[in-house]
Amino acid sequence: MKSSSRKNSHEWEAERLEPPPVPDLSGPWRGTGRFSFSPPTPPLPAMSWNRKHLLDIESLTADEILTVLDTARAFKAVGERAIKKVPALRGKTVVNLFIEPSTRTRISFQLSEQRLSADIINFTAEASSLKKGETLKDTARNLEALNADFIVIRHSASGAPHFLARVLNASIINAGDGAHEHPTQALLDTFTIREKKGRIAGLNITILGDVLYSRVARSDLWALTKLGAKVTFCGPSTLVPREFEQMGARVTHDVEEAIRDADIINLLRIQHERQRKTMFPSLGEYTSLFGLNKDRLARTKPDALIMHPGPINRGVEIDSEIADCPRSVILEQVTNGLAVRMAVLFLVNGGKGPQEISA
Amino acid sequence: MPERTVILNAPAIQRALTRIAHEIAERNEAGNEVVLVGIQRGGVALAQRLGHLLSGIWGHSVQVGKLDVSMHRDDLDQRVAPEVQPTVIPFDVTDKTVVLVDDVLYSGRTTRAAMDALNDFGRPKRVQLAVLVDRGHRELPVKADFVGKNLPTAQSETVRVHLAETGEADEVVLEKELP
Repeated sequence: MKSSSRKNSHEWEAERLEPPPVPDLSGPWRGTGRFSFSPPTPPLPAMSWNRKHLLDIESLTADEILTVLDTARAFKAVGERAIKKVPALRGKTVVNLFIEPSTRTRISFQLSEQRLSADIINFTAEASSLKKGETLKDTARNLEALNADFIVIRHSASGAPHFLARVLNASIINAGDGAHEHPTQALLDTFTIREKKGRIAGLNITILGDVLYSRVARSDLWALTKLGAKVTFCGPSTLVPREFEQMGARVTHDVEEAIRDADIINLLRIQHERQRKTMFPSLGEYTSLFGLNKDRLARTKPDALIMHPGPINRGVEIDSEIADCPRSVILEQVTNGLAVRMAVLFLVNGGKGPQEISA
Repeated sequence: MPERTVILNAPAIQRALTRIAHEIAERNEAGNEVVLVGIQRGGVALAQRLGHLLSGIWGHSVQVGKLDVSMHRDDLDQRVAPEVQPTVIPFDVTDKTVVLVDDVLYSGRTTRAAMDALNDFGRPKRVQLAVLVDRGHRELPVKADFVGKNLPTAQSETVRVHLAETGEADEVVLEKELP
């Protein structure tokens, strides 16, 4: 892909890595001469995004991730204006299909969609007919009958978004599937880190807590390692098995070692609801062994930032005062979530069309 | 290899911009109310150059912004998502005369999108349009107020504007694919 031309064209510094194997995006519209559309814009810079869906981070290239982050920057600026709305998805219908309870992700997606001028339908687990025994496939076909252009799905089963992508024509965006992936969370985490630190490559990023059940940990790992960061998983051995080393993470069960060199400490909530049996003796013991408190914070790098995907359990994985301290960027993550979700919707909208430019 | 014809060389571009600056000054006598907004990406550098020329003419600085129109385009579902560039308008456009600046005027669709995008920043007193090249083939009722060069073209041809700000020599080129 034209990562070199994008590099020059950017007024905001973009750290471009040589992407790992880049898929052949030189679709039929490149080099055919039909590319000479373009009134005012010079030859259209080919965007590094040709996807109709956002199903996971694992299959994205570094260049695609950076494309989302660059695009999100422009959408963040939209959110800072007096008029925070643009017409990019005017006339499009988005279904928010939240089969698993969610508040912050659902609200973030809804506001992102509204700021793009889309029409919205909200399905939640409590209200939907899935409670009445309807299968996901039947629900999906009903949504198709509504002519939905986008389906944002949160589901407790890993792979549910991939399934919808196979059976429906709509663009599917994964808003969290089981313990598999939570792509937009990883993108907003990566966006926040890049905005604060100016880069991703070379940073030490520690993800501390319930890694075993965390789709955020998996998606973060994919995104951050693809961009050149070193990711450490830390927590009780029952929640942070060695198997994660095969995915490229460093695994440790020693919290002091994990936080000492960290530039970013990303805390994960202990997910009571996903634990099938008790993985550690008590919350109190977890807090004393792994919770981030003042003493531990004093032993981190002075510029290390504290992140948390929320909802935070004050007094469990994080001391209350640390959650509110200047080094915490937890609320900025929420703001950035809007920008990243707008960018994702904007990009997959382009990925839906014929991959050819016409005037 | 397409056939290249140089339409404007560096001195010709400079002369065209100087003339446009004088025309803007002539049209807008109360110069302190005029701001320039370059349309990403080709119009940004031109707006900055016009800003320098106008501050020379008026003897005070002229504010210059840049505007990306990607989110307001009318063809978003017919194409790969465009690359979004920064929009930076560090002043209030309300009650100002905003001169939109672009490199090439063609279908007029970018100009329409730019007027929509500008609306989100306030209500200008009036909006004028300055372009370096007008190549015809309008698809919307759009007309430039200030034109550097009227250039009749065929739709199969491509107009390329190269500017020093993007690391190339100043040049406007018409490219024609050879059969």
